[in-house]
Amino acid sequence: MARLELNNLHAEVADGDEKILEGVDLEVESGEIHALMGPNGSGKSTTAKVIAGHPAYEVTEGEVLIHLEEDEFGEDIEIGEDQRTWDLLELEPNERAALGVFLGFQYPAEIEGVTMTNFLRTALNAKIEEREELFEDEKGDEEEEGDEGFETSPMEGPADEGEVGVAEFQGILQEKMEQLDMDEKFAQRYLNAGFSGGEKKQNEVLQAAILEPSIAVLDEIDSGLDIDRLQDVSNGINALRDQQGTGILQITHYQRILDYVEPDYVHVMLDGQIAKSGDASLAEELEDKGYDWVREEVYGTA
Amino acid sequence: MSSEQDHLKDTDTEARFEFKKEQNAAVKSDKGLTEEVIRMISEDKDEPDWMLERRLRALQQFQNMPLPTDWPGQPDLTELDIEEIVPYIRPDVDKREGVDDWTELPDEIKDTFDKLGIPEAEKNALSGVGAQYESEVVYQNMQEQWEEKGVIFMNMDRAVQEHPELVKEHFMTTCVPPSDNKFAALHGAVWSGGSFVYVPEDVTVEMPVQAYFRMNSEGMGQFEHTLIIAEEGSEVHYIEGCSAPKYGTHNLHSGGVEVFVGEDAHVQYSTVQNWSKNTFNLNTKRAIVEENGTMEWVSGSMGSKATMLYPCSILKGRGATDTHITIAFAGEGQDIDTGAKVYHNAPNTKSTIESKSISKDGGRTNYRGLVHIADGAENSSTAVECDALMFDNESTSDTMPYMEIEESKVDVAHEATVGKIGDEDIFYLQSRGLDDDDAKKMIVAGFIEPITEELPIEYAVELNRLIELEMEGSLG
Repeated sequence: MARLELNNLHAEVADGDEKILEGVDLEVESGEIHALMGPNGSGKSTTAKVIAGHPAYEVTEGEVLIHLEEDEFGEDIEIGEDQRTWDLLELEPNERAALGVFLGFQYPAEIEGVTMTNFLRTALNAKIEEREELFEDEKGDEEEEGDEGFETSPMEGPADEGEVGVAEFQGILQEKMEQLDMDEKFAQRYLNAGFSGGEKKQNEVLQAAILEPSIAVLDEIDSGLDIDRLQDVSNGINALRDQQGTGILQITHYQRILDYVEPDYVHVMLDGQIAKSGDASLAEELEDKGYDWVREEVYGTA
Repeated sequence: MSSEQDHLKDTDTEARFEFKKEQNAAVKSDKGLTEEVIRMISEDKDEPDWMLERRLRALQQFQNMPLPTDWPGQPDLTELDIEEIVPYIRPDVDKREGVDDWTELPDEIKDTFDKLGIPEAEKNALSGVGAQYESEVVYQNMQEQWEEKGVIFMNMDRAVQEHPELVKEHFMTTCVPPSDNKFAALHGAVWSGGSFVYVPEDVTVEMPVQAYFRMNSEGMGQFEHTLIIAEEGSEVHYIEGCSAPKYGTHNLHSGGVEVFVGEDAHVQYSTVQNWSKNTFNLNTKRAIVEENGTMEWVSGSMGSKATMLYPCSILKGRGATDTHITIAFAGEGQDIDTGAKVYHNAPNTKSTIESKSISKDGGRTNYRGLVHIADGAENSSTAVECDALMFDNESTSDTMPYMEIEESKVDVAHEATVGKIGDEDIFYLQSRGLDDDDAKKMIVAGFIEPITEELPIEYAVELNRLIELEMEGSLG
């Protein structure tokens, strides 16, 4: 089990003094689905980026914590009493990723010349290695798993001890792509380069499926999707929760995706704060009535 | 032996003795580029008169030509003291005979090999002392296969002795005459080593002809000459690798490459070069392409203090094709001025230039290109694409694409992009678990992928590793 906790989070744009987050409180646990809704400019995407450590934002107050229980990374990693809670704000983005935080981007970067296979295997191995470093003290004298002699590609170098080799990774990738109903040609395409909007979103979910995060923050993963693709992406998100126990923070404008990914909790963000929280019915209410009534209810003014 | 050389022998015995036996004395005894030195080199190689005469004529041309100084944005050559270059040749010759122990190599070279992850046996081969390297055996086997088909692949010095007619006709005559530029003249005077490749009519050499370790093992690789003659309908891929820094004592590399692409022939010349940071790398590389012939240049230029290198194709015959793919990397204190030249001198000729450069820590890269389409070269086309990637605000990158179009029925395209490595791209990769360095490495590896995919796998791996090491700033 893992729990992501935002306490009184304040943040502003790093090279200006524009305040964006003004005291966000939020908790997401493994296996839960939270929808974070709100009008444009209310701070939803900023919340996501601050959790992941985007350098464009400066946190001025508050904390972002992750609590990890012993079972979080299987038997590979032993989590000591003193290593169960980490302050993400003190860590680099890649260290946050290693602790199981995943950010699904609204606009993922396009990296030419880097194949999906190469990228995903590198990312997976980087994460495994970083985790070992973070939890090093607790690892003790445990014998390291030997290199199982997987085939490797010369371009990517031999697999080190404990690394996922090329052949093993091909298997993992193929399985996950089938689950997401993705064309196998994806594996050899360059990362997001020339992908359609829908393909990019599907790719974000694929990455989450492979990296197996404890908490996945998905930033408007539903934008720009046609109905078929929305269903594929939604199935992928549900599988993250059901099969890997990932806790999901689903950022969205619309009710639409929530028909397929049913949230346990719905939060409405207004002016950099969570103004109201409720269950799935809150999302339906928002769909009918817009956001103004929340503003009225909370601030007494529209 | 010629009477001229006999004469030399009588008058110069002592100097020659010192030259051969005493490496320190050789360095001290000869300063500057003189006729005496040229005669010494030629005699040491036991060359025929005509080659000595060409050397001496080149020397004269060299002495009469000024250094290029007024090109816009040209790398600074003021630190290059040409009068000092000969003493830098000499230790090389001696090293060929003198270094028989890995431990005698400069530390930076040993370190590089270690960082590249090259095993001991291979290190010995790379340093030119391991005769038993596996590749050598492979090379011998392949050589026999080629010989049966009439293919010649040998050291350039030996070719002068064994194939004088071919060499006499092609060596620095019509392709790269010494009068071409100051460094071509210098090269003509002091050249040594290099490769000679001859492919007879309609013969296809399926595997790349590789001169991988030659630059180090031949010692005098600083002025190596490569002469490739591909007869009508033949096909060959020549690949040259110098993926280790040169000995620290060198400060000038001035190579010459001449390629003759016959009718319907196809030649690919690939090179991955990495020079030590005190090297001036000033070369002349050119191909003459006959009707429907194809020339492909693939090059990775790394290292050096300053590089000026513009591989050139002269599309002489109707329907001739040229492709250039180049990559340059400049770190701190480096000025890599490289590009391509293409002369469209016949109708229906076609050229494609793809140039990529990376600059970091204040390094400068420049794409300097010239595409000339002659009057009458109708229906010719050219496409030039230059992409520059910069790591920081201190680094610079320029693009100077000259186009001289004298014919109106042509298709000309030029495209240039310059970008800083994007923070969003790095953050994206970091959020997936890669640290800052690995994220940058991955972006750069992707950027150079069009080059690496053109190279045999071992060169591609080497190029990737070299660039990774450059990015860590860990190459000397």
